[in-house]
Amino acid sequence: MHAALRFLGALALVLVASAPVSAQDATLKTRPPVVDGDHGLDQSSPPGAGGSTTTGVTGAADLERRTSLVASGLRCPVCQGVSVEDSPTELARQMRAVVREQLAAGRSPDEVRGYFVDKYGEWILLQPKASGFNLLVYVLPWLAVLAGMTVIVLAVRRWTRPLPAEASAQTRAPASTFES
Amino acid sequence: MSWKRALVAGAIVLPLIALLAFGMTRNPNLVPSPLPGREAPDFELVTMPLDGNASAAETIDLTALRGNVVVLNFWASWCLACRDEHGPLSRVARAYGEQPVRFFGVVYNDSPENAREWIEAMGGQAYPALLDPDARTAIDYGLYGVPETFIIGSDGRVRHKIIGPVTETELRAQIDELLAETPVAPPAAPITETGVAG
Repeated sequence: MHAALRFLGALALVLVASAPVSAQDATLKTRPPVVDGDHGLDQSSPPGAGGSTTTGVTGAADLERRTSLVASGLRCPVCQGVSVEDSPTELARQMRAVVREQLAAGRSPDEVRGYFVDKYGEWILLQPKASGFNLLVYVLPWLAVLAGMTVIVLAVRRWTRPLPAEASAQTRAPASTFES
Repeated sequence: MSWKRALVAGAIVLPLIALLAFGMTRNPNLVPSPLPGREAPDFELVTMPLDGNASAAETIDLTALRGNVVVLNFWASWCLACRDEHGPLSRVARAYGEQPVRFFGVVYNDSPENAREWIEAMGGQAYPALLDPDARTAIDYGLYGVPETFIIGSDGRVRHKIIGPVTETELRAQIDELLAETPVAPPAAPITETGVAG
């Protein structure tokens, strides 16, 4: 029984460690506020900062960083499953220019994403919004993991159950044993 | 107790099958555009004179074309399907020449030289070609590829989007539908002239 529990513990660890989708979700979700924060700092620094050229350079670098962040969340319309950031196509390059322009004009990353959703529909977002029907995409994998774990637990419990002498009479009724 | 197992298995498998069956009813290549029903994104684009004389270029402003049905066809010389629809488009454009319907071709990610050569090779085009630098208008219209055709009603709203080459019957039916909706015949000629700022 202990061996079985240890096995399950190890399995759970492996599952958690090898959940790249959820890990990516987390980074994508936490990143934009961080970027906004950076931007806020950047905006507040010029009055106190001495070197205007340095702020200009960091501002440009910051703009590029924010552009690629927004672009990496947009689907390239003329590609197959490639982001606007990663696609070498002409349209993706032009879309990156639009993103850069709008960010430079003071729009927030969410507003820029909103512009593209407005034009292309939610399809343009590589990561669907976690609401409505889309929730299935987020919930189903975890449900599947949960179901799999339950099956494993039940199976392991059955395998490790000590067989009493009268086992032959009870083996055909495993369900009631599990629920007890 | 096998019926219980069957019930559990069914409860898990049937919704999955239903979900996958629903997926089979959808064409993954057809992405519904949010534009139909909404106001058409405005644009000011310059025409591409076929003789290459830049001074003959005119600026077309969509807002100035209110009252007309506008057929906006995005195309490129490198697009094979655009050859198929060139004939139908030109024929319909000629047929509706007297009515408040304006046709425009928007050159998408193509050089003016290639576009001009293509039009010449196709035996001319019955409507002006507009240049769209950096595909700004194409992105504004949520373009996925070429050819795509937007049909804008006289109220300035996008009414139809045709993905892929248009057919003459489809185009005529949609234009007729919009013309029938137009309550009073709009003063097409004056609006058209102000729309073409020279």
